Order: sequence, then structure tokens, then C-alpha cells
Amino acid sequence: MESIIVENICKTFKVKKNRIDALKSISFKVEKGEVFGLIGPDGSGKTSLFRILTTLLLADSGRASIEGYDVVKNYKKIRKLVGYMPGRFSLYQDLSVEENLQFFASIFNTSIQENYHLVKEIYQQIEPFKTRRAGQLSGGMKQKLALSCALIHKPAVLFLDEPTTGVDAVSRKEFWEMLQRLKTEGIPILVSTPYMDEAALCDRVALIQKGEILSINKPGGIIAGFKKSLWAAKATEMYDLMNAIKKEPDVESCYPFGQYHHITFKTTGTEKSILQQIISNGKYTGVEIHPIQPNIEDCFMALMKE
Amino acid sequence: MEKTSVITAEKLTKKFGAFTAVDSISFEVKKGEIFGFLGANGAGKTTAMRMLCGLSIPTSGQATVAGFDVYKQTEQIKRRIGYMSQKFSLYEDLTVYENIQFYAGIYGLSDDRIKEKSSQLIRQLQLQGQEKKLVRSLPLGWKQKLAFSIAIIHDPAIVFLDEPTGGVDPITRREFWTLIYEASSRGITVFVTTHYMDEAEYCNRVCIMVDGRIEALDVPANLMVNYAAQSMDGVFLKLARKAVRTAD
Repeated sequence: MESIIVENICKTFKVKKNRIDALKSISFKVEKGEVFGLIGPDGSGKTSLFRILTTLLLADSGRASIEGYDVVKNYKKIRKLVGYMPGRFSLYQDLSVEENLQFFASIFNTSIQENYHLVKEIYQQIEPFKTRRAGQLSGGMKQKLALSCALIHKPAVLFLDEPTTGVDAVSRKEFWEMLQRLKTEGIPILVSTPYMDEAALCDRVALIQKGEILSINKPGGIIAGFKKSLWAAKATEMYDLMNAIKKEPDVESCYPFGQYHHITFKTTGTEKSILQQIISNGKYTGVEIHPIQPNIEDCFMALMKE
Repeated sequence: MEKTSVITAEKLTKKFGAFTAVDSISFEVKKGEIFGFLGANGAGKTTAMRMLCGLSIPTSGQATVAGFDVYKQTEQIKRRIGYMSQKFSLYEDLTVYENIQFYAGIYGLSDDRIKEKSSQLIRQLQLQGQEKKLVRSLPLGWKQKLAFSIAIIHDPAIVFLDEPTGGVDPITRREFWTLIYEASSRGITVFVTTHYMDEAEYCNRVCIMVDGRIEALDVPANLMVNYAAQSMDGVFLKLARKAVRTAD
């Protein structure tokens, strides 16, 4: 059964004379027990969509339902059902860690004791600091507290808007490990992120850009949808190499990707010889050329240009 | 030919009371190098960078930046460096042209030079026709590219990038890194702090700080071999998980 159903959702904002189409007819479904990722840069519409689904913002058109309840007609019901962790840290900075958790439990008519098993693993990590004010916590600890507060009333669905933005790599990794454990509780999770590498950790993802969904699939399916052959090239002279590759008429795209440039071609079969020719026309050291598997970011860029 | 060092640090240390934020770090950065400075929150990155920018006097140790001493010649250092961060970069309520003029003026460029440099910069970023727009109205990616170009408008010896990107689409991010490569090819040294590990792989060499000390320093490929990791993320996790200090 589907837990979240989104059908043709549109939202436009007017800023002075400008019209901004934040969401252009967005549709997708999230199954029970699924971790569904919305992957896209700032300004792609992720937060507007979260606000519509959590009944904090009205769509201009389209329909959406959570656990069978309509986001407009049954908004009161939905507010009791969902756990929502907004992108901006929204807990009470001048309440302690424990007071925040108690507060969120009590407004949902429950207690920390009743649902402790749900938050236990996460909350235990910050429990040594339970008397500290939330405002004094580090980024990683704030994030753990916010997730605990979103979970303490045993929500039927969990909405996490950019939970890993701005926290360091260690905390990011720990956070995703926590989500994998929550999945085993059967709670469907809609999570957004600007980090393309996190797509691989979701069951399914929607790649979103400028209010439009570029593709919805399993991470492996998105990668399988990359039809061109992709090559990686490196040399000590990375900038010169990139300029030379970009000048080649048969090259379609060349993007720096950390230690390598990733290259696609307009024609197939001659990729290696074209690259070898470019290399031999210049003075390069430490050269390496080989075909590679695309990653989600390669796919995202290819879809952006379609 | 061995390139000259633009930054040298020898047992550089900064203490705040009993707390050692930066603990005897030593390294060199060569001219034109893209040098990545990594660490978890609280590892000491910002404190180290502040000392190198002449904004904080070390407790002990030695360091020179662009040939100037970090204890005695902080004003000379400030004139020879550029700085950009995502948190603070441009004035949102000034136009593109006003921001360029303002920073170029602060960096001490003459009026003629400002004119020449602004039109060059606007052409390079393809911002023709946008000069009179408020920076606030530009997309985030344009702001980042503009902020970087302004940070090097005075052709500094070194540009410090403090967590420069984040949140932009992957194509724009690559345009940003292309600008960095271009600056580096002109001999500008690029010193980047970041906690996005994929960005670390763009750097010529990477230094990883844990609890105020340098835990590893090498080219990314060697680090991945030495720590048996598939990516810089893997290297970082192995090192950063050793941290004892709590973040922030």
C-alpha cells in the first residue's frame, strides 16, 4: 500500500513582479516501509513540497494524501500522524535536550517512556548532555535531538528535510545508519538531500531540479538509464587537459570529478583513440584513461541537459 | 623544478587557556597548489586558517604566508591573500558592479585597474547586462562564482576558501571548480577547507586534521591506497572516527 501519494502538485510564488514556479506538476508515490529520497540542489522545490505534504502550505493545484488522508481536508489528522524534521533547526534553543523531548511527547499526548524504544538508539548518544540547552549543541547532536523529537510520538510517516546539510561526514554517516535502523520499524521515510552520494542509501529516489522531477527510480535504475559510454581521464596538468578535451569536436561533455575528468562523446567506438590523440598532442604527465561506471551525479547532469 | 613554498608552518600551535585548538602542525604549500584542509567540526581548521590569514596570533611555532611572518607582518599578509566563504562573501543589497568596485577598492586597486578588472571579470563570468542587478537577485551558483572571482581580483598569492560551495547543482559546482583550476594555473595558490569529501578529491594534496593535529597529508590517491579506502570519504571516516574531542 502507498503511504504518500502526490499527484500533479503545482505551487507558484510571486516575489514582487516575478513569478517563481516552485513546483511544476509533481507526482510520485511512497510505499510503506520505503526510504524515498528527494535529491536536488537548493531552490529545486524540495522544501515547498515538504511543507505542502505536512499541511503547512497549500498547493495551487493537484492533490496529495498521507496514509489515505487528504492534505487539505484532513490536515488535522495528518498533523497527528506525521513526524517532521524541518531543514532549519526548529527546536527550542533555550530548553534543555530532555525538556525538548518531553515537550514534543506531551503535545502529542504521549510520554518519553511510552515510545522510548523508538528513539533509544539515537537518544542514548545525546543523553549524557540531557541537561544542556539545545542551542548549545553541536550540529551533529542537534540533528540527533531533532530526529528524536520527530519520532517520539511514533509517527506513521517521517518527513526529513535536508537532515544532513551542514553536518560533517562522520555525523552524516551515523545519521544514515540510524535511518536504516528505523526502516526496520516499517516507518516510511521521505528524505531530501542536496548530496548526490546519499541517493545510493535510499530505496528509490526522485531527482528534482527547478521544480521538476527529472527521474524517479531505484538508484541502480537511474544509473542503468545512463545510455552513453563514460570515460575518465587524468593527468598532472588537469586544467590544460580539460581545456584540450573541451576543444575536441567529438566530445559532448567534460566535467571535473575530483581526481578525474568525466567525458562523454557524440559518437561511439572511437572514445579511446580520441582521448589518446588529445593526450599525444599535448605535454602531459601522469596520464590515465579508462572507461567508468557513471554515478548518480553523472546521471543528474545528463538529465539536466535533456 | 621545485616550486617555491607560499605557506610554511612549523609546529604552529594555538591555545585558548588550557585548550589546545591547534597542536603543533607543520606543513608547506607550494605556489599554484590546490591544498585541501579537512577535518570534522571542532578539529581546529578554522583556528589554523585564522592564524594563516593574520587574524589570530599563534601561541607558539613559526609560519610564513607569501613570505611574511604570521606574528609580525599580519598587515602585509592580509594584502597578499584573498578570502571567500559561503557564510560571508558578497553584500546582497549592493549590485554586482558595486560589489566588485567595493572589494577591489578595499584590496587597494587603482581606479583604472578596477575598471579594467571589472569588465574582464564580468566578461569571464558572462554577466554582461547583469552588472546593475542586486546580488540578492542572483542564483546561488552565480553568487559563488562571483564571490570567488572577486576574492582573486587583486591577483593574491593565496586565496583561502572556507567551505566555499554547497547546495548548488552539480553542473554549477563544476563551473566553480573550473574557476579554481584556472586560478591555480595562473599561479594562485588555493587553500580550501571543506567537509565535503568529494571536494577533497579535486585537491592536489589533502591534509586531514583530527583533534588539532595533522593526522594525514598526501595526494588523494595515496591516501586512498594507504587507508585502503575507495574514496576520500572512506579515508576521512577512518581518521575522523578516532577523534576524542566533541564537535564545536
